[in-house]
Amino acid sequence: MARSHKPIVWSLFAAGGTFAAFITPVMIFISGLALALGVLPAEALAYERMVTLLDNPIGKGVAFLVVFLPAWHAAHRLRITAHDFGIRADGLVMAVCYGLASVATVLTVFALFRL
Amino acid sequence: MSERNVELEILRYDPDTDVAPHFQTYQVPCQEDWVVLDAVNYVKDELDRSLSYRWSCHMAVCGSCGMMIDGEPRLSCKTFMRDLSDKIRIEPLANFPIERDLVVVMDDFMDKLASVKPYLVAAEKRSVEDGSYLQSPAQLKKFKQYTLCINCTLCYAACPQYAHNEGFAGPAALALAHRYNLDSRDVGRAARQDVVASNEGIWECSFVGACSDVCPEHVDPAGAIQQTKIASTLDYFKDLITPGRDK
Amino acid sequence: MSRRPFVRTVSTTTWWLAQPRYIRYMAREVSCILIGAYSGLVVVGLLRLSQGAAAWTGFTDALQTPLSVGFHLLALAFALYHTTTWFNVTPKAMPLQFGEFQVPGSIIIAAHYAGWLIVSALFLFLSGV
Repeated sequence: MARSHKPIVWSLFAAGGTFAAFITPVMIFISGLALALGVLPAEALAYERMVTLLDNPIGKGVAFLVVFLPAWHAAHRLRITAHDFGIRADGLVMAVCYGLASVATVLTVFALFRL
Repeated sequence: MSERNVELEILRYDPDTDVAPHFQTYQVPCQEDWVVLDAVNYVKDELDRSLSYRWSCHMAVCGSCGMMIDGEPRLSCKTFMRDLSDKIRIEPLANFPIERDLVVVMDDFMDKLASVKPYLVAAEKRSVEDGSYLQSPAQLKKFKQYTLCINCTLCYAACPQYAHNEGFAGPAALALAHRYNLDSRDVGRAARQDVVASNEGIWECSFVGACSDVCPEHVDPAGAIQQTKIASTLDYFKDLITPGRDK
Repeated sequence: MSRRPFVRTVSTTTWWLAQPRYIRYMAREVSCILIGAYSGLVVVGLLRLSQGAAAWTGFTDALQTPLSVGFHLLALAFALYHTTTWFNVTPKAMPLQFGEFQVPGSIIIAAHYAGWLIVSALFLFLSGV
């Protein structure tokens, strides 16, 4: 039996899972609930402020990671979950899952580049 | 000591006469302090001589008496009747072919165990004159937990990945590999990787964790596998950067 | 006497319904769908931001609709389940041993929650809450 190449995706899965565990809940709260609940003032997410926030390498780096790591974590886990639900077409599942994550990655780079 | 009448529903299978397994019910007067194994022994001694099952020590050290009790893989000598209701369903361990009644075919498990090289791979050949290995309590503590496996295969019965892929090395085999990999006297980690780090080794595991839940010795095979995933991932990238490095 | 072992089959689609621990496992796994969907939402947000003020305002307006709030509540629930399950298994995947002393799992988990609170507070502060 040959050594598997799974470590490549698994390291992304592990890094993404750790990142998502720490960061995703508060991000969801900020983007989706704080505004609606009135806890966050509307100016906090104002266009100028957001552009300034992301106008530097650190801001862009963080924004990239906020998408990249959880997306690849979710992609690998979804691949496994598909198998757990009885879907055995692993090649197709891989293409869909990692394909979606790749699209998200490319679009994020594109958007951050434009900013 | 008070008695309680318990109904045991046991899955029977006679390869000579049965097309498929079927349940057979027995009424057993159980003592308060009985374990399931006592009740099964009663059936064989008093009600039905033909019932076949494995057991030995009756004290949870030999690993022979594993069976599905009310759908959960358990050692029948360690499962107390007082914790169960008046109707108990007993089946052979899941995910193994049924040989006869409650006896399962263990061949695949034995092969998996052997495949991970479950013995000390020494750096050099040692003779008796060389004396014994020196190992500190701290070094022993690193792997002691993983030595406690009694090969009862409850973990294989609990693992859904083993249920759906017989090629999976499985929890106990991988925990045993981990036991030797962590042993300071052993240098066989690289030799084990062909099996351990293959797609049918640690990478088939999705960390359901049922194996560790049902383990009667608290070996925590799930933890062993995750630790091995991390170590193998680091190895993989180290090998990419420096191929052919001395492992 | 002949050997004719009988192989029992397990459903590949409904096996997880047989036990509560399997159902909890599937809930943990399915959390990735919500986390992935949220990542997609962030991508859309970044794209809208890069398209100018009008597009961005449209996005933040949409964030305050009941549908968006509903999705975020669901996503938050699953994200928190991911966080707790991830932290709970960390001591098993990465045991810490100093000499003969093994750090209790509860301490490792507590440290993770502490870190999570600090990071969350930091993000909340930076966002202007």
